[in-house]
Amino acid sequence: MLIKFTGGKVYDPANGIDGQVRDIFVRDGRIVTPGAGEAASQEFNLAGKVVMAGGIDPHSHIGGGKVTIARMMMPEDHQGHEVARGDLTRSGCGHAIPSTLTAGYRYAEMGYTAAFEPAMLPANARQAHMEMADTPMIDKGAFVMLGSDDYFLRLLTKGAHKDDIKDYIAWTMHAAQAVAVKVVNPGGISAFKFNQRMLDLDEKHPFYGVTPRDIILTLGRSLQELGVPHPIHIHGCNLGVPGNKDTTLATIRASEGTPIHLTHIQFHSYGTEGDMQFSSGAAEIAELLNKSPNVSIDIGQILFGQTCTASGDSMRQYGNTKSAHPKKWVVMDIECDAGCGVVPMKYRDKSFVNALQWAIGLEMFLLVNDPWRIFLTTDHPNGAPFTTYPHLIRLLMDKTFRNEMLRRIHPGAQAATILGTITREYSLYEIAVMTRAGPAKSLGLKDRGHLGAGACADITVYDDNPDREAMFTTPAFVFKNGEMIVRNGKIVKVVTGDTHVVRPEYDRKRVEKPLKEYFDSYHTVQMENFRLSDEEITEPGCGHAPGTCGCLVIHPTGART
Amino acid sequence: MTASQAGAPSAPASASKTYSHVTCLFCGLHCDDLEITRTGQSLQVSNNGCHRGKSGFERPLVHAVPRVAGKTATLDEAIAAAAAHIAKARLPGYGGLATDVDGVRAIMSIADKSRGVVDHALSEAQSRNIKVLQTSGWFMTTLTEARNRADLFIIASDVQAFHSRFFEKIVCAEKTMFADTPPKRTVVFLGEGFDASAAVGPRIGDVVRINCKLERIGELISALRTLHRGTSLPGEDVAGVPLAQLEDLLDRCRKANYGVVTWVPPGLNFPHADLTVHQICEFVKDLNVTQRFAGLSLGGNFGVPTAASVCTWQSGYPLRVSFASGAPHYDPLRYAMPALIASKQIDCLLWLSSFIADMGPPDTDIPTIVLGTNDMQFKKEPDVFIPVGTPGIDHRGQIVRCDNVVSLPLADLQRGAGLARTVDVLAAIEAAL
Repeated sequence: MLIKFTGGKVYDPANGIDGQVRDIFVRDGRIVTPGAGEAASQEFNLAGKVVMAGGIDPHSHIGGGKVTIARMMMPEDHQGHEVARGDLTRSGCGHAIPSTLTAGYRYAEMGYTAAFEPAMLPANARQAHMEMADTPMIDKGAFVMLGSDDYFLRLLTKGAHKDDIKDYIAWTMHAAQAVAVKVVNPGGISAFKFNQRMLDLDEKHPFYGVTPRDIILTLGRSLQELGVPHPIHIHGCNLGVPGNKDTTLATIRASEGTPIHLTHIQFHSYGTEGDMQFSSGAAEIAELLNKSPNVSIDIGQILFGQTCTASGDSMRQYGNTKSAHPKKWVVMDIECDAGCGVVPMKYRDKSFVNALQWAIGLEMFLLVNDPWRIFLTTDHPNGAPFTTYPHLIRLLMDKTFRNEMLRRIHPGAQAATILGTITREYSLYEIAVMTRAGPAKSLGLKDRGHLGAGACADITVYDDNPDREAMFTTPAFVFKNGEMIVRNGKIVKVVTGDTHVVRPEYDRKRVEKPLKEYFDSYHTVQMENFRLSDEEITEPGCGHAPGTCGCLVIHPTGART
Repeated sequence: MTASQAGAPSAPASASKTYSHVTCLFCGLHCDDLEITRTGQSLQVSNNGCHRGKSGFERPLVHAVPRVAGKTATLDEAIAAAAAHIAKARLPGYGGLATDVDGVRAIMSIADKSRGVVDHALSEAQSRNIKVLQTSGWFMTTLTEARNRADLFIIASDVQAFHSRFFEKIVCAEKTMFADTPPKRTVVFLGEGFDASAAVGPRIGDVVRINCKLERIGELISALRTLHRGTSLPGEDVAGVPLAQLEDLLDRCRKANYGVVTWVPPGLNFPHADLTVHQICEFVKDLNVTQRFAGLSLGGNFGVPTAASVCTWQSGYPLRVSFASGAPHYDPLRYAMPALIASKQIDCLLWLSSFIADMGPPDTDIPTIVLGTNDMQFKKEPDVFIPVGTPGIDHRGQIVRCDNVVSLPLADLQRGAGLARTVDVLAAIEAAL
């Protein structure tokens, strides 16, 4: 069946289309170029409306142990935000850490069709996938955490051959069913288990003697050589520590041209100037970023209100427990593999530090020139819940609104930020880059995030409302695989969404021999059970073609070098 | 929504087969190194099991068919009867919940649709931990981390009685990845009447016994916290334990590189035991200001961490959730299943118990539907009985371990018992509502 979307203003940056009126044709869930004279059996008149690919959130903590710890710890987050069962939808709850079902519905209702869990511990991968499977409507995928796991640190310390390291990284991606690799406080999570409280870029791990720089470079180069599309996703050292801008600048320089992605960079852009010894490092970092084409970032914008932070960075989250609001928190050491820290946080516009954090994030958005290398995130739920994206988009697109908000924050923070002097306003094209085309390109999702022939027909249609917050809150239509799933911001059909993985080539036999020995000697789980099989994460016998119903979508890698 | 563990129906039992890396269901440690041999329809744990695992896996396969009001029925008839009971209930209760991840998913789905209440048979014990999590939080570790890293174990429950391989696998583990010559560990038993017999072997150094009543462990830990802050205590003992012994324990804690305090929530079975868990967790927090220490909660038998986890990620709350209003409502006192049954606030009970025959439904005259093991015996015949397969024996599945981090795959050991899967039965009942 051929479906025609007629007359919409199309923003499709991957194909260079900037608001031109175009017709789009869809057949069997894909965007197609119809044959001459072929008639559409269904037509949507989108005259005057804005058409984009479905939104893609490249960094959102939606599934896995730490999110469920946060949900369990914070009933007060849910109370007052319960969602009743609907004709089509299940009940749930949700504010900062919504239930899986509610999260899926909310994303779709906001025009997003994919979200990626950025911190899946290998030891917790099975549960992360269970939770993602219970997140309907959208496509999912996860970045597996490496770099503080003892096996990797042992390889590095003993100077293992780089092929052995690459094989282990690839094995882990297969075992955890991952789409990319993330490093969190490189080596620091492990160092914390040895009672180290801080680990800077060139500081040696107290037991293994390697530095975060070694870890980042090894992972970064290995991923590049494995042909994994997304570069090493780095949550750097010293998250939240005043003065950490220097570590961030040093990390960018340390990459020496190797592709890297610096995540939630807002939390890593702090100086120590001023009476409060807390200042913005955004301008300095943005300047270096603009000259470093190998580096991409996402922001981790904070927005004011109650949230709950959940991170793999046990070392820094332990440090942040001092600011816990309410006063309760969980920190864990996990399986000689990783760690986690869950700390509730209330960001207040009348707090100097919180207000300046808000301004720093926005400064970074507005000072980095290339929207293809900057992705719109709040590091959900760490900076704010993902449901604040429409508000954030308005802050970026509407200078008058932004300055109005600026005038409400702590006066000291107003004085300490250059935000009021920045006149840049994001265009719809740039928003489409930052929320669709850019993340898809970076993650290697060739058939997502754009509207060219062959793309998956994940399409969001908005009313061209000058109030961009209202516009992005309530899309007119959302289509997933060519099917309408949302109309006027309400769900009209429930779908499952796919799971995206990347599977670099590796020598399984070679890597599993020493790994088996390691598991048998030290672990409490058998290597065979540590691996997550395809059967565990797909719907068996669904009868659908791959990529149409909660199935696995395996994205190609480049050649291994 | 996926029922991701559907798996193929059980293959007919062939002569004999050995299964490796089998996950054991029968306590919250979920050891996954079992070797099980199936001969026809009989299973035998041929390597690495404990007595609990052995009796669980090796229970004979008795023939059972669905029953409605005590009379043999087809599966379809039983499903229809169950649906009729639930449909006419004002507030159905879903209890037991000894099942795998998919089983809990199916319970959540039908409870949501039928506006019922969900609770696990063992959630009273688990709630001792959850109260602490929700008021002050904690600093925890997991089994592999403790196995390799701990040089001091404080055992604050009768761990051996609940988890008979904990000492073998964690405390007495031959190797550690952090030293070529593994250092000896100190083991402190803090409580009364604990089985310390397993704390032996080359890894075990000092074994210290501090005798006090279970109910007074919290008081002792509180005294330790006071001493740790540098405040002296009046008198010569706390809970009958001489202060000198407490000072010695504190000294051992302070000298530890990585200390672990472990407890078993069902083992702390006395009123307000959450306050004991709270003291333990706060002591661990106090020590972490300058050194490394962690809590390790065990327990978690019969899928209670699985039920709490799935319920939390789907509803936001860890069990004792009511969907009566259409939206999830959490009240750990009001929605405790034993109280709802005793007060007859629920008017239909669906009891799910697919691990062992002994975990039958509570004695009640509320209309009761049981999805149970094939060998389940009843004092009072339930209104509907549907025998279901055991995940990890009769079909594949997934289960969450006691540390709430690791989850494990459950295998189909292909007994060919022809038992229905819980998820299929519940889906059919839900569809008939």
